[in-house]
Amino acid sequence: MADKLDMRGLSCPQPVYETKKKIEAMGSGVLDVLVDSGAARENVTRLAENRGWSVSVKEKEGEFLLTLKRQ
Amino acid sequence: MKGLADFFGSRKAIIATGFLIGMGAALLQKLGNPANMGICVACMERDIAGALGFHRAAAAQYIRPEIIGLIFGALIAALSFGEFRARSGSAPMVRFVLGFFAMLGALVFLGCPWRALLRLSGGDGNAIVGLAGLAIGVAIGVFFIKNGYSLGASKKTHTSAGWIMPVMMIALMLLLLGNTVWGASKALLYAEPDSFAPFFSAKGPGSQHAPVLISLGIALVIGFLAQRTRFCTMGALRDVLLIGDMHLMWGVVALVLGAFATNYAFGQFNPGFAGQPVAHTAHTWNFGGMALSGLAFALAGGCPGRQLFLSGEGDGDAAIFVMGMIVGAAFAHNFAAASTSEGPGLWGPASVIAGLVVCLVIGFTMRQKA
Repeated sequence: MADKLDMRGLSCPQPVYETKKKIEAMGSGVLDVLVDSGAARENVTRLAENRGWSVSVKEKEGEFLLTLKRQ
Repeated sequence: MKGLADFFGSRKAIIATGFLIGMGAALLQKLGNPANMGICVACMERDIAGALGFHRAAAAQYIRPEIIGLIFGALIAALSFGEFRARSGSAPMVRFVLGFFAMLGALVFLGCPWRALLRLSGGDGNAIVGLAGLAIGVAIGVFFIKNGYSLGASKKTHTSAGWIMPVMMIALMLLLLGNTVWGASKALLYAEPDSFAPFFSAKGPGSQHAPVLISLGIALVIGFLAQRTRFCTMGALRDVLLIGDMHLMWGVVALVLGAFATNYAFGQFNPGFAGQPVAHTAHTWNFGGMALSGLAFALAGGCPGRQLFLSGEGDGDAAIFVMGMIVGAAFAHNFAAASTSEGPGLWGPASVIAGLVVCLVIGFTMRQKA
């Protein structure tokens, strides 16, 4: 079961900062981050990839489900 | 579109955007905008406030097409990439107040962060003091964010609500074109034309401007690129301090380099502290004014440029911030809080201190429980 963050409606830096705290606490595993702006999608993706997490994106009706993974 | 969207998220794109903003701004100065004010979001909103008669500083009245272009460039980018989303409802009154005090701080320093960078690129040493203040203000904002500060989530709203800001810009554009291009001047409409808006400065910075369509065109391009790349001067500092991310900072560095190179080529680079254009040397208040602005921008999530771009993509909360800035400009001039080249206005220092107190209260009291 993946951990989950719902960051819809929040503007940056909150989505990216909450994601940072979460992945630092987790260290590894799977984290789903739900965002609803292109800026948040890019910022969270860049943060995660810079920290060695892989990111896959599913888009649905203007919302993005980012699945962050690290072994 | 997907590949292009990825490109705009790249470091190359943010550097190119910053460089083009710097070049475009320095070019606008060459073509008639006031010195080191090729694009200054705060100054230009202040001039719009003056043109509409919200304040009576005769030297600061012009409907700056750059503001219109920045918003429309962002609107076009957002529509082309499917990112136009009407939204609002994240503490709008707080955002109004933050915009209000951000403008008071900016008018004590005499410029927004964009102009601080342009002043630096033009050789104005006082900008270093202002940028140091900005950094401290943003650092205080980051402290609050780390301690749970949040204005809460916005909600989707009616698409037409997202169009309010762009439609207001069309109205401003018609006023500008009517009075300066089509010659449908007030003199034809009123017996006492001097009593009615819009007002246009006859002398001073408000009277200095590049040709309307060139200003509009450059601003449209900048607005488009900045919406795509999320360019933000405050965000550049914030992201370094909050998450150790240099991405936006590359854009800011590129802006300074682009403006410096263009200024140098045009002979617009004049290093020094005293006698700089539309600037003063009261270091304490250059620092304090920008510290207030930096804190207000950090608490609102974007520099004044970014707030324009967000309002162009349908963000009603960012639009409210812009309205707060325009009202703040009117207050700053009506109550002698705005600086002149002589130094701070009578109530400038007091307005900075009051603004800092208000922002600190906002930062301390508006936290989400963990």
